[in-house]
Amino acid sequence: MAGITLDSVRKSFGKNEVIHGIDIDIRDGEFIVIVGPSGCGKSTLLRMVAGLETVTSGDITIGDRRVNDLEPMDRDIAMVFQNYALYPHMSVFQNMAYGLKIAGTPKVEIERRVADTAKLLQLEDFLERRPRQLSGGQRQRVAMGRAIVRQPSVFLFDEPLSNLDAKLRVQMRLEIKALQQKLGVTSLYVTHDQVEAMTLAERMIVMNDGVAEQIGEPRDVYAKPATNFVAGFIGSPPMNFFGPSALKGYTGDSGGTLGVRPEHLTLCDETRGRLSGVAKYTEVLGAETLVHLVMNNGESLTIRQDGDSPAPDPGDNCFADFESSNLNVFDSQGRRVT
Amino acid sequence: MLPLLLLAPQLLVSVVFFFWPAWQAVHQSLYIPDPFGLKSQFVWLGNFEFLLGDQYYRSSFWTTAVFSVLVTAVSMSFALWLAVMADRLIKGSTTYRTLLIWPYAVAPAVAGVLWLFLFNTRVGLVSWYLAQVGYEWNHVLNPNEAMGLVVLASSWGRISYNFLFFLAGLQAIPKSVVEAAAIDGAHFWKRFWTIVFPLLSPITFFLLVVNVVYAFFETFGVIHTITSGGPQQATTILVYKVYADGFVGQDLGSSAAQSVILLIVVGILTVVQFRYIERRVHY
Repeated sequence: MAGITLDSVRKSFGKNEVIHGIDIDIRDGEFIVIVGPSGCGKSTLLRMVAGLETVTSGDITIGDRRVNDLEPMDRDIAMVFQNYALYPHMSVFQNMAYGLKIAGTPKVEIERRVADTAKLLQLEDFLERRPRQLSGGQRQRVAMGRAIVRQPSVFLFDEPLSNLDAKLRVQMRLEIKALQQKLGVTSLYVTHDQVEAMTLAERMIVMNDGVAEQIGEPRDVYAKPATNFVAGFIGSPPMNFFGPSALKGYTGDSGGTLGVRPEHLTLCDETRGRLSGVAKYTEVLGAETLVHLVMNNGESLTIRQDGDSPAPDPGDNCFADFESSNLNVFDSQGRRVT
Repeated sequence: MLPLLLLAPQLLVSVVFFFWPAWQAVHQSLYIPDPFGLKSQFVWLGNFEFLLGDQYYRSSFWTTAVFSVLVTAVSMSFALWLAVMADRLIKGSTTYRTLLIWPYAVAPAVAGVLWLFLFNTRVGLVSWYLAQVGYEWNHVLNPNEAMGLVVLASSWGRISYNFLFFLAGLQAIPKSVVEAAAIDGAHFWKRFWTIVFPLLSPITFFLLVVNVVYAFFETFGVIHTITSGGPQQATTILVYKVYADGFVGQDLGSSAAQSVILLIVVGILTVVQFRYIERRVHY
C-alpha cells in the first residue's frame, strides 16, 4: 500500500517536450483516472510511473521511495495493458503465476494465491486454457488477475477496456470499481472515455497537450471546469460555447467565452429567452431529446430536454434561457473566471 | 482442356526438371555402365549393397551429420544473437541491419574463396595472425581444421538469412508482452528465455528445417572451392560424394544410388522434424 507523488514531472522525446510538468499527490488507496484526448500524453505519464519510459525531469515517488531510476520490477507496481499483453504460450495459471515464480515464491503459496485470485475473478474453470481460447472479457480478467495476484502497492491501467464491446465495457467498468474498493490498492487509470473517467474516479486528471488542465473530483470537474477545454471534453453532449455578444443583456467582459451545459438550457418564449436561434434538427434518445439550434452568429447550441417535452420542428425560431448561476465564463486564454 | 493448358507450363517444368531426373536416378542406380558408356549391366541392388559396405561412404554419413549440425547451430545461434542485439538498438538500426544482411548476397563459391584466402596456409591473414600467437593453421592437412573452415564459410552467408527472419520474428512480438514480463520482475535474459524465445519458436523451427536442407544441398560450392572434400574425405558430405564419385570417379551407377539414398534421407529427416519438433512449437 502506498501513495504516489508526481513532482513537476516532464518528458521529452528528443527536443520535443510532450509532458510539461505534472504535479499531483495521490493518497494511499485512491482511484485516480487520467483522461484526455489521443496524444495528450496520458499513456506516456502512466508508462513513466510504471518505469517503461524514463523521466526527463521531476520526481516520481511511490510510497516513500523516489522511483525515477528504479527498474519497473523494483517499483512494486502491476500494470494492465490495453491489449492485455498476456503470454500467449502459457496457460492462464502460468500467466498469473509468472511474476510470483520469478520472485521465488514457494509453489504452495503460488497455487494458493492464483486459486484465490481466480476465484475472485471467476476464472477457476479456465486456469488450464491458453489466452487464445478465451473471450475478450475473460482475457481482460486474466490480465487483471495477473496484476492482483502479485499484491502490488499500485495498480496501473492503460485503457484496459477499450478493446471490449460496449456492453462488456460497462460490466467490466463496474467490476473494476468494485474490485478496487475491495482491495483498496492505489490505482492510476488511463482512458480517453470521459464516462469511464466520471464513473471510476475518486479524483480525475484531465490532460490536454501534456498539461494537467484540471485535477479534482468528477463532480467538481463537471460543475466547475477550470478551462474551456475541460468544459468541452467532460460531459456528453459537450458544453455550449458562445461569444458574449450572443447573450442578450450580458454586461461582463466581452473578450472571453461563455458556456452553458445543454441540460441547463430550456426552451422558452421570446420575452424571456436570452439566447435565440433556428432549430436545425432534434435527436430523440427516448428518455431525453437533444435539440440543436443554430444561433444568428452561426454558433450552434444544444439543448437537452425531457423526452416528453414538446420539441420544435426544423426551421422554427426558438428561444432558450438558463439559470444565471449555471453560466460559465472563460477569459480569452480559456481559463475560468466564474 | 483449358485448365490442363494453363497448368501445362508448371507441369512441364516439374516433369522435365524433377520427375525425369529423379526417375533417371532411380533407374541408373540399378545399373553399372561399362567404361565406354556403350552398354549398361543390370545389377539389381548391387550398387546399394556396395555403398553400404563401403567404409568411405559410411563415414561420409557421419561427416554430413557433423557438418549440418554445426552449420545449423553456428548460423542460427549467431543470427539470433545478432537479431536480439539489433532489435535493442534505437539509433542506427537500419545501417546495422543492412550491413548484416549483405553477406547473403555473396554466392557460396565466392564466399568459399574469400574464406580460403583468409585462412590460406601461406598468404592468409588469419593464419598469419594465428601463427603469431603460436598456432600453426593448416586445413589442407588437418581434418578438423578443414571441417571448421567449411563450417565457418557455409555458416557465414547463412547468418544473414537467419538474422533477417529472426529480426522480423522479434519485431512481431508485441512490445507490451515483453513489458508485462519486465513489470512481472523478469530481467533481460529471463525475459528472453521465458517469453521471447518461446514466441519465436515457429521461426526457429522453420529456420531449422531450411538450414539443415541448406547444409545438405547448397554448400557444394563452399566445399568444392575450399577443400574439394579433403583432406582424406574429411569434408566429403553426401552431396559432394555424389559429385566426386559420379563426375570425377565416373562411377555413374554408384552416384545414382547415392542420390536415391539422399532422397530417402531427406524425406525421413523432414518427417522426423515435423512430427517431433513441431509438437513443442507454440503457434
